[in-house]
Amino acid sequence: MVDRSERAAPRNPTTVQRTDRAVIVRRSFDAPARIVFEAWTRPELFKRWWVPKSIGLKLLSLEQDVRVGGGYRLVFDLGEGKTMAFFGTYVEVTPPSRLSWTNEESEDGAVSTVTFEEKDGRTHLTFTEAYATAEALDRNFGASDSMPEQFAQLDAVLATLA
Amino acid sequence: MVQYSSRLDASFAALSDATRRGVLEQLWRGEASITTLAERFHMTLTGMSKHVGVLEQAGLVTTEKVGRVRTCRLGARGLDEEWAWIERYRRVWDERFDELAKVVAELELKEKSHGRQK
Repeated sequence: MVDRSERAAPRNPTTVQRTDRAVIVRRSFDAPARIVFEAWTRPELFKRWWVPKSIGLKLLSLEQDVRVGGGYRLVFDLGEGKTMAFFGTYVEVTPPSRLSWTNEESEDGAVSTVTFEEKDGRTHLTFTEAYATAEALDRNFGASDSMPEQFAQLDAVLATLA
Repeated sequence: MVQYSSRLDASFAALSDATRRGVLEQLWRGEASITTLAERFHMTLTGMSKHVGVLEQAGLVTTEKVGRVRTCRLGARGLDEEWAWIERYRRVWDERFDELAKVVAELELKEKSHGRQK
């Protein structure tokens, strides 16, 4: 495990909570909601932050048609000519406070919702991945303790990209 | 906020707090007394005892009192897959949100220098 003691900087913390059918991520940003919303909904901005460098995957293409009924599609380069696509449909678009979309690359994929709550000029962001059943959550995030480390890592990463 | 329905979820609740995650990371590197943990996380002994209590109830930490010192170490479940899973997931989002914060800061700067016109 990496020693993170030196990272106790005054950054806004990211917290993750799991309930029986959902995974919830929270973080605050020192900017108004409309700006955070913009960074989430304009493709040229979105692609600058969505793919963590540490996962070593290259985003080949990104399409975002951010309106209710509009689609999105992210294609990643897995190397050796292989690609993987994540796609779905926006089901709710309410600038600058709420965005919700489906994850259709797997049969029992989650509905993802992000809310932007502005208070005193700061934005409290909550990202929720809600599954239809607890079993669906387990299937999509299932325990991977018997997997080789790199697959376990890839698994977790791909799940979060979904 | 939601009813926790299983053993697993009790420990996710315990892990929802940044200090408690920090305590687990600390104990992963070796046992520590409540006093040491309180100092490291700039908390009172009482505050740290409460956090350790939550972790202990979730089975993530065990404690042992010898004389006046209560020593904490990882419990049997402290390193199993749920903890590893949620921490991996959290790190991915943390990294992602660090980048988002940079983009947001840049947009805000741009907006300020151009006035509010959009």
